[in-house]
Amino acid sequence: MLSVFILAPFGGSLIAIFFPSDQRGATAWFAGAIALICFLVTAGLYPFVATGGVLRFELDWIPELGLNFKLRMDGFAWLFSALITAIGFLVVLYARYYMAEEDPVPRFFALFLAFMGSMLGVVLSGNLILLAVFWELTSIVSFLLIGYWHHNAHARDGARIALTMTGIGGLALLVGLLLIGRAVGSYDLDAVLASGEAIRNDPLYNAILVLILLGALTKSAQFPFHFWLPHAMAAPTPVSAYLHSATMVKAGVFLLARLWPVMAGTEAWFWIVGLAGLTTLLLGAYFAIFQQDLKGLLAYSTISHLGLITVLLSLGSPLAAVAAVFHIVNHATFKASLFMAAGIIVHETGTRDMRRLSGLFHYMPITATLAMVASAAMAGVPLLNGFLSKEMFFAEAIETHLVNALDSATPYVATIASMFAVTYSLRFIHSVFFGPLPSDLPKKPHEPPRWMRAPVDFLVLACLVVGIIPAQTIGPFLDAAVVSILREDTPSYSLAVWHGLNIPLIMSFVALSGGVGLYFLMRSYLATGTEGPPVFRLLQGQRIFERVLVTLSWKWARSLEQRLGTRHLQPQMRLLVSLALAAGALPLALGGFRLPPLIVRGIDPAFALLWGVGIACAVGSAILAKFHRLASLVLLGGAGLVTCITFVWLSAPDLAVTQLLVEIVTTVLILLGLRWLPKRIEEPATADIPMKVRFRRLRDFLLATMAGGGVALVAYTVMTRPLVPETIAGYFLGQAYHEGGGTNVVNVILVDFRGFDTLGEIAVLCIVALTVFALLLRFRPHLDSLETPEQQRVQNAYDDDHPERAEGDSVAEYLHIPSVIMRWMFPVTGMLAAYLFLRGHDLPGGGFAAGIAMSIGFILQYMSGGTRWVEERLRIHPLRWMSIGLLVALATGVGSWLFGYPFLTSRAEYASLPVIGKVPLASAILFDLGVFSLVLGATVLMLIALAHQSVRRAARVHARAARPEREAAQ
Amino acid sequence: MELILSAGIGALAASGVYLLLRPRTYQVIIGLALLSYAVNLFIFSMGRLRVNAPPVLEPGGAGDLLRYTDPVPQALVLTAIVIGFAMTALFLVVLLASRGFTGTDHVDGREPPRGD
Repeated sequence: MLSVFILAPFGGSLIAIFFPSDQRGATAWFAGAIALICFLVTAGLYPFVATGGVLRFELDWIPELGLNFKLRMDGFAWLFSALITAIGFLVVLYARYYMAEEDPVPRFFALFLAFMGSMLGVVLSGNLILLAVFWELTSIVSFLLIGYWHHNAHARDGARIALTMTGIGGLALLVGLLLIGRAVGSYDLDAVLASGEAIRNDPLYNAILVLILLGALTKSAQFPFHFWLPHAMAAPTPVSAYLHSATMVKAGVFLLARLWPVMAGTEAWFWIVGLAGLTTLLLGAYFAIFQQDLKGLLAYSTISHLGLITVLLSLGSPLAAVAAVFHIVNHATFKASLFMAAGIIVHETGTRDMRRLSGLFHYMPITATLAMVASAAMAGVPLLNGFLSKEMFFAEAIETHLVNALDSATPYVATIASMFAVTYSLRFIHSVFFGPLPSDLPKKPHEPPRWMRAPVDFLVLACLVVGIIPAQTIGPFLDAAVVSILREDTPSYSLAVWHGLNIPLIMSFVALSGGVGLYFLMRSYLATGTEGPPVFRLLQGQRIFERVLVTLSWKWARSLEQRLGTRHLQPQMRLLVSLALAAGALPLALGGFRLPPLIVRGIDPAFALLWGVGIACAVGSAILAKFHRLASLVLLGGAGLVTCITFVWLSAPDLAVTQLLVEIVTTVLILLGLRWLPKRIEEPATADIPMKVRFRRLRDFLLATMAGGGVALVAYTVMTRPLVPETIAGYFLGQAYHEGGGTNVVNVILVDFRGFDTLGEIAVLCIVALTVFALLLRFRPHLDSLETPEQQRVQNAYDDDHPERAEGDSVAEYLHIPSVIMRWMFPVTGMLAAYLFLRGHDLPGGGFAAGIAMSIGFILQYMSGGTRWVEERLRIHPLRWMSIGLLVALATGVGSWLFGYPFLTSRAEYASLPVIGKVPLASAILFDLGVFSLVLGATVLMLIALAHQSVRRAARVHARAARPEREAAQ
Repeated sequence: MELILSAGIGALAASGVYLLLRPRTYQVIIGLALLSYAVNLFIFSMGRLRVNAPPVLEPGGAGDLLRYTDPVPQALVLTAIVIGFAMTALFLVVLLASRGFTGTDHVDGREPPRGD
């Protein structure tokens, strides 16, 4: 049943986003229905939690990490769920009328529902990590909702500040929760709530406390992190009413209350939480007085009230906790209704500047009355709900909890802050609804539509009813919540309006009369219309925040980059190679590495000669790579061939075949690329090379020698050690035939045992080929490379000199006989590829080798006949081959699911065919077919994409300025 | 045998690394290719060098490491060869695109103040 709370809002959110944007009403009704369903389910669950019961719902998520999807509803979570769903429903109803025609409403309601789901997730999480996940989700959705009008710079800034602050807090919270999990040994909330002793006595208790508080205080906009909330007021008013007064900002105090039984009561808790709360309470109320923005006043007042709740939670007494929970509910009711009333005013008049608003009582008497009642609740006037929880706060404030300065100051601070609350409430009412009729409003105000006001009606009625008969209305629900937090420590309390003439009542009286007096004293100052409170005006949280951000993310980062960074590749490569050298040498040095004995015996002279050639090729290739590219490429091929022969020599025929084929393709590829490289001028005489360059080359040479020497040393050491017999190789060798049905173990490993790796690998190949293709599609060669190559110029000049020849004849006839042979070789190459493919499972060969062999067949045709000649005669669709290959390989894997085996399980049989004889028929051969097709497609795609460049060139010379045409290897 | 092969691996690796540190993109490509030979041989040699050992099983039988070559490094290297080819192709095309785009084949995408 509990999963409804997560599934319904998130599912609804996904559906809502697909509503057409002109369907304002339908989307709103849909969102409202979801909220209402959630509320009704909540209401239906009340009997289960009323008597202290706890509902649980658990799904395994990552049980190895102690992370389960566990939802848990007790009385406290129930109370919050009821608030979230009920106010959610009212706000949806309100937003239906508030949002303008041109706003993309589906996005609004989708985000709104997503927020509702996240918030319900926060209060219902039965696992600390899950709680952190939902906590982050609320931050993100809040970011998106604040920035809903993203064309507005204020909205973007506000969203960014809110996300940065709550995001930093969320990170700290996650670390704190992980530490709690470590102290308790479990992330399960039930286990955590049962081990308060363990947490309070943990050596890291202070760290946990600070981290958790960072999370909670940033979320609840407590001093000194409060400044994001006023900026969040750039959001649409329904969002302010829902997220930034009734629910999300309550998540911080929710968490404090949730962890109250296990973390509160220590001196550190009292000081940190208390100090933050008291400062916020006082400053928030003080700042609220001086706001000119309607929503800004309400935002600071929210900050102040959250501070009040925090103070209550800091005291560590059970009665204070009761008052805190009570005030959470009360504040949500009156503040949501006030925000909605403010929204109505903005909607009807077009401004939220209190300097321009006045005398609205004349135009909207009902709204004005409702707002007055709600403000009175905010100010703590008797017979309203705000009064009750404020009285409880006063009663707790005068109690002595710990003997220190903070505790003695609390009652005075509380009275002064309440006085300020009265002042700003009065200011709100008096300046907006009374006074002369407004003169320069953008719109002519009147009462809002009936259903837009209905949520306000309802909430204000709730304020009144709870304020007059608390015990009969909110009493049982509050009790269930309190019992679930405090359990056996639940104190006896009474929710009565009249407790007799006592100190709290006197404090209330002082605050009320003081507040009224203060307002009339300050009227002349407020009338000057100065924005922001005196003195503190200069200290703007946002400006400090911006400055810190700029310093951190721009100034420091840039100076670091300037000092340590470089835009040149070579120093970076040098650094990388040096680091790799150090990382390789350090463990050897620390592990007591000793040189292995030199074994000179048993060297085959032919092998030595082979590698003499190989080393010469490698070094020569390195020397010639700058000024003699072609020679360098030939020598590179020589080194490749030596590698290939080495594989044959050392009993690795599979590698030798693949290496040989890849060698051919690589050479062709680089040959194709050579044409587009700049001409390199002749090598300068040795004497002309400057000292600086010589030094650089010497340094690189030493570095390279060290790297090569190190690799050689490690290789030699390992090779001369005896082989450890118990490796996984033994398993593969033992099972290849019986389980994989093939005698070529290497191929069986590739297509069967480690088939999943191969699947990943061919996917990489596919991506690389597509990238190459995409890069070449927009390729613009440098002007240097555009002219006809020298050889063709000579050939064309020859044609011009001989009148009997047409231009281009020589080019066409060039290497005529080899090209005929190459044409004839095509079927032979195809045959070879098929042969390599079919024998792959039992003998050297396989999909990789066959695919590359086949692609060589194609590229030979291109080389002999030219691009146009081939494409007139052959249909070449490398993209199609690649996709077929990938799909076949995937389908083979998925196919084994049909038979109830895990992904890519292979099945092997031998079938007797006439003439051919026994043929292995493993499902792995299908997989290998996929590999073949993909490797073929990828190789051909890369090669012909590059080969096509010289055909495209002609068109480009004429239409250089025009957009490059998209032909290439289609 | 071991001595020869490790010397060869060392020479390939040293040539490759030297070219990696050079300023021209073509040098870097050749260097990467040389380095990939060295790395492939290095991984292959971890299965120890066996001359004339059967790489393919008798049909119906099970093999063991004493009689057969080690198939694991071979399987690793086989895929590495193909991926190495793909990487060379990608680098080559990036090189060509960068040359067409910036007009130089220097690895930084612009010529140094005074020629190297």
